[in-house]
Amino acid sequence: MSAPLLSVRDLHVGFGRDPAANEVVSGVSFELEAGKTLAIVGESGSGKSVTALSINRLVDFGGGKITAGSINLQSGDGSALDVTIANEAALIHVRGRDIGMIFQEPMTSLNPVHTIGAQIEEAFRLNRGVTGRAATAAAREALERVRIPDAASRLRYYPHQLSGGMRQRVMIAIALASNPRLLIADEPTTALDVTVQAQIMALLAELRAELGMAMIFITHDIGLVAGIADDIMVMQGGIAVEQGSLDAVLDHPQHDYTKHLLNAVPHFNAGRAVRGDGERSGTAPVVTVDNLVVRFPVGGGLFRRPGAVHAVDGVDFDLAAGETLAIVGESGSGKSTTAKAILGLVGITRGTIDAKSGRSRRPVQMVFQDPYASLNPRLNVEALLAEPAIANRQRVDAALRERMRFLLTRVGLGEDALTRYPHQFSGGQRQRLCIARALMLNPEVVVLDEAVSALDVSVQARVLDLLIDLQREFGLAYLFISHDMAVVERIAHRIAVMYAGQIVEIGDAASVLSNPQHSYTRRLIAAVPAVERRQQRFTLDATQVPSLVRPAGFEPAAAQWREAGTDHRVRVEGA
Amino acid sequence: MRILAAIVRHPSGRIGATIIALYLLTALLGAVGFTPHNALKQVPIDRLKAPNAAYWFGTDLLGRDTFSRLMLGIGESFLVAFSSVAIAAFVGTLIGLLAAWWGAIWDGILMRIMDVFLAFPAILLALLVVAIEGPGTVTSVTAIAIVYTPIFARVVRAPALSLKARDFVAAARTFGSSQRFILTRHLLLNLIAPLTVQITLALAWALLTEAGLSFLGLGTQPPSPSLGVMLADSKSMMTRAPWLLIFPGLTIMLGILGFNLFGDALRDILDPRTQRRAA
Repeated sequence: MSAPLLSVRDLHVGFGRDPAANEVVSGVSFELEAGKTLAIVGESGSGKSVTALSINRLVDFGGGKITAGSINLQSGDGSALDVTIANEAALIHVRGRDIGMIFQEPMTSLNPVHTIGAQIEEAFRLNRGVTGRAATAAAREALERVRIPDAASRLRYYPHQLSGGMRQRVMIAIALASNPRLLIADEPTTALDVTVQAQIMALLAELRAELGMAMIFITHDIGLVAGIADDIMVMQGGIAVEQGSLDAVLDHPQHDYTKHLLNAVPHFNAGRAVRGDGERSGTAPVVTVDNLVVRFPVGGGLFRRPGAVHAVDGVDFDLAAGETLAIVGESGSGKSTTAKAILGLVGITRGTIDAKSGRSRRPVQMVFQDPYASLNPRLNVEALLAEPAIANRQRVDAALRERMRFLLTRVGLGEDALTRYPHQFSGGQRQRLCIARALMLNPEVVVLDEAVSALDVSVQARVLDLLIDLQREFGLAYLFISHDMAVVERIAHRIAVMYAGQIVEIGDAASVLSNPQHSYTRRLIAAVPAVERRQQRFTLDATQVPSLVRPAGFEPAAAQWREAGTDHRVRVEGA
Repeated sequence: MRILAAIVRHPSGRIGATIIALYLLTALLGAVGFTPHNALKQVPIDRLKAPNAAYWFGTDLLGRDTFSRLMLGIGESFLVAFSSVAIAAFVGTLIGLLAAWWGAIWDGILMRIMDVFLAFPAILLALLVVAIEGPGTVTSVTAIAIVYTPIFARVVRAPALSLKARDFVAAARTFGSSQRFILTRHLLLNLIAPLTVQITLALAWALLTEAGLSFLGLGTQPPSPSLGVMLADSKSMMTRAPWLLIFPGLTIMLGILGFNLFGDALRDILDPRTQRRAA
C-alpha cells in the first residue's frame, strides 16, 4: 500500500492576534487515500470549514493561522509536500492544480461581469497553459462533463443568466479544469433546492468514479453524505469527536454527539412517521383560500412585450383550526408568495382569502425564515414584543408585560430576556423570540415560512417540538412552508405540493408521502437525502422548472383534479 | 455613555473631541463677552501691532484685538455651521426616508430634485440666495443648508431602501404597525450611525463653506467678526501684517481637522463591522 494522498496530523488552527489562544481547530488528524471520499460533518462553528480551508492554506486569507501540526500532500510525481510550511509560490501550484475547491454560494463565487466561458477558460489557461481556441474547446468539454446541455452556446452566458444548480455545475467544471486529485466541496448543495441538490450529488458521484479523484465533503447534514462518503469525521468545537468508516459511524456511533446528531437529523420515512394526532373535525376552516392568483408585471420596454410572472396561479385550500398544512415546493414554486398574500404583504391579482377573526383582531401572524433579519437589532426584547400590541392600540402596562413574561417562559427563554438585545441570542433562541412575538396577539393561525430552515439540525428538532407543543396548547393552526420533506413529515397533518405557482397534489400527509401520485411529488420525495437511504444512489435528472413569465393576457387552462383516496387530490398532468 | 468612552479610547477621536470642546468653550466665552479686549472697539494708537503680551495674536488695521475677534468669529462660524447642518440633516433625512419608503415615482421625483441641487456649487447657490434675500448670516445658513440637504438625502436613502426590504419591516407590517412607527422605530433608529458620522463630516465642510462665503462678502457682514470676514480684511496687508492672515487661517484649519478626526472616530466606533474586529 502506498502512502495516502493526504495525511493530516494533529492540526491546530487559530484566529486573531493570538492564534494559539484562539483555537478553532485543535488537534485534528486524518488520512485520505486516492479516490476515496471523506465527509466532515458538524454544526456551524464546529471548525469543519476551517479544517478544509487549511488543506490548501486558504485559511490564511481569512485571518487564520496554522499553529501546529502537519498536512502532507502527495503530489503527482510521488513527492510529499507539507502544506503548513510551504511558501506561497508552491501553494499556488497546489491550489487549482492538485486541489480543486467548490463553495457553498455559487452566485458569489463566480465573477458576475465575465461570461462563464471566460471563467472556465481562465482556469485552463492558468493551470494547463492552454490558450485561444484550445481553451475554448476545453471549456466546452468541461461544461459537457458536468452535464450542462447545449454547452457551446452556454459558454457565452453570464452567471446571472443561469439557475443556482447550473452555476454550481459551472463551479465544479472550473474546479475540475486541472484534473485535481483532491476536490474539496464546502457545503456545495446547502443553497440549492432539494431536487437540484440530488442532481449535484449524483454528478459528483459520477465524476469521482470517472476521474478517480479523492473528495472531502463538508456538510452539516449527515443524511446527505450517507450515499457518497467512504469515511466520516464528526467534528464538534474544533475537535474530531468520532471518525471511521461510513457504516461503522452510522450503525454503531460511539460518541454521544454523533448519536445526538443522528437522532436530531430529520429522518424521512416516506409517510410512516407522520403525526397521529389532530383528526380533521367538521368545524368551519379558519382560513379559506379560493382561486388565489398573484402576478408581478415585468417587461413592457421598447422592444419587449409586456408580460407577467405568474407567481401563484389559481391556488385553493382551506386550513382548519388546530391543524398543520404544509406547503412544500422548491424556490420559485410560489409557496412563499402564497404566504405573503395571506398576510397582505403582496397584492393579490384575483381570488379571495378569508381569515376568520375570532379571538384576535389579527388572526394570522407570521414567523420568517431568517431569525437574524426578522428582529430589529436596535430594539430590546421588551420593545420587540410590545410592537404587535402597540400596533393594535393596546397599552404597554403590567398586564402586557405579564403576557410577555409568560410567552418568553413558554418558548423556553428566561424572563430576564426582556432587557436583552437580539444580538445576545443564538439563532435558535431568536427564532423562539419570533415565535413568542407572533403569539403576542393571540392569533388563530401562524404562518411559518421556512421557519426552521436556517437552524442547525439539533436546534431545528427542538424548535419543531416547541411548535407542536404550542399548537396543542393554544389550538393554533399552522401554515408550514418548507422545502424539507423530512421536517414536513414530522409536523404536518396535511400537505400541499406546489410546483410552478400551482398546487399539484394536496391531501393527508401520510397518504401524500407514502403514495405520491404526481410526477413532481415523486421526484421531490426521491430527492430527499436520508441516513436510511444510504444504499440508494441518486440518478441524474436534469429537468428544469419551466419559466413563469407569461405574455400579457395568458390564462392557464382550468385544473383537472382526480381523487387518489379520501382527502387526497392530484392535478391531472398534461391536461 | 458607551460611545463617549469609546471616543476617549480612540486616538484620533480623543484629539478631535478635545479640539471641538476647546472651540466650543472659546465660542461660549466670546459670546458672553469674556474676551481679553473688546472685539469691536477700535484703538487707533495700537493699529497693526504684531503679537505681543497685551495683544496675543496682534491687532488689525483699526487696532482691534485679533484674539478677541477670533473668539467671536468662532462663535459666529459655528452658529452658521451648526444651524445649516441641522436644517440640512432634518430636511435631507426626511426626503431620503420618504423617497425610499414611497418608492417608485416618488423616489424618482424626489431624488432627481436632489440631483439638481447637488449640481450647483455652494458659492453659486449662495449668489442666488443673496440675489433674493441680500447678504447676511441667514443667507449663509440657507445656502449651506440647501447644498447639504441632497447629501443627507442620499446617505439616508440607500440604507433605508435595504432596511425596507428586511424581514423585520415585513414583520411589522404583519402586526399592522403604522407607517410612522415603522419609519421611526425600524428605519430611522437603524440609520443613527451613518447619520451621526455624516453630520460631523458635514460640519467640517460647512465651516469651510461659511468661511468662503464670508470671504466673498456674501455671508456674515462686518463689523461682526467671522473667520471668513477676518481673512478677507487681512488679504491686502498680507506682507505687512501676516498674523492677521495666519491666525484665522489656522483656526479654520484646526477646526475642520477636529471635526474630521471626530467623524472618523465615530465611523470606526459605530460601524458594527469594525466594532466586531475591535472586540
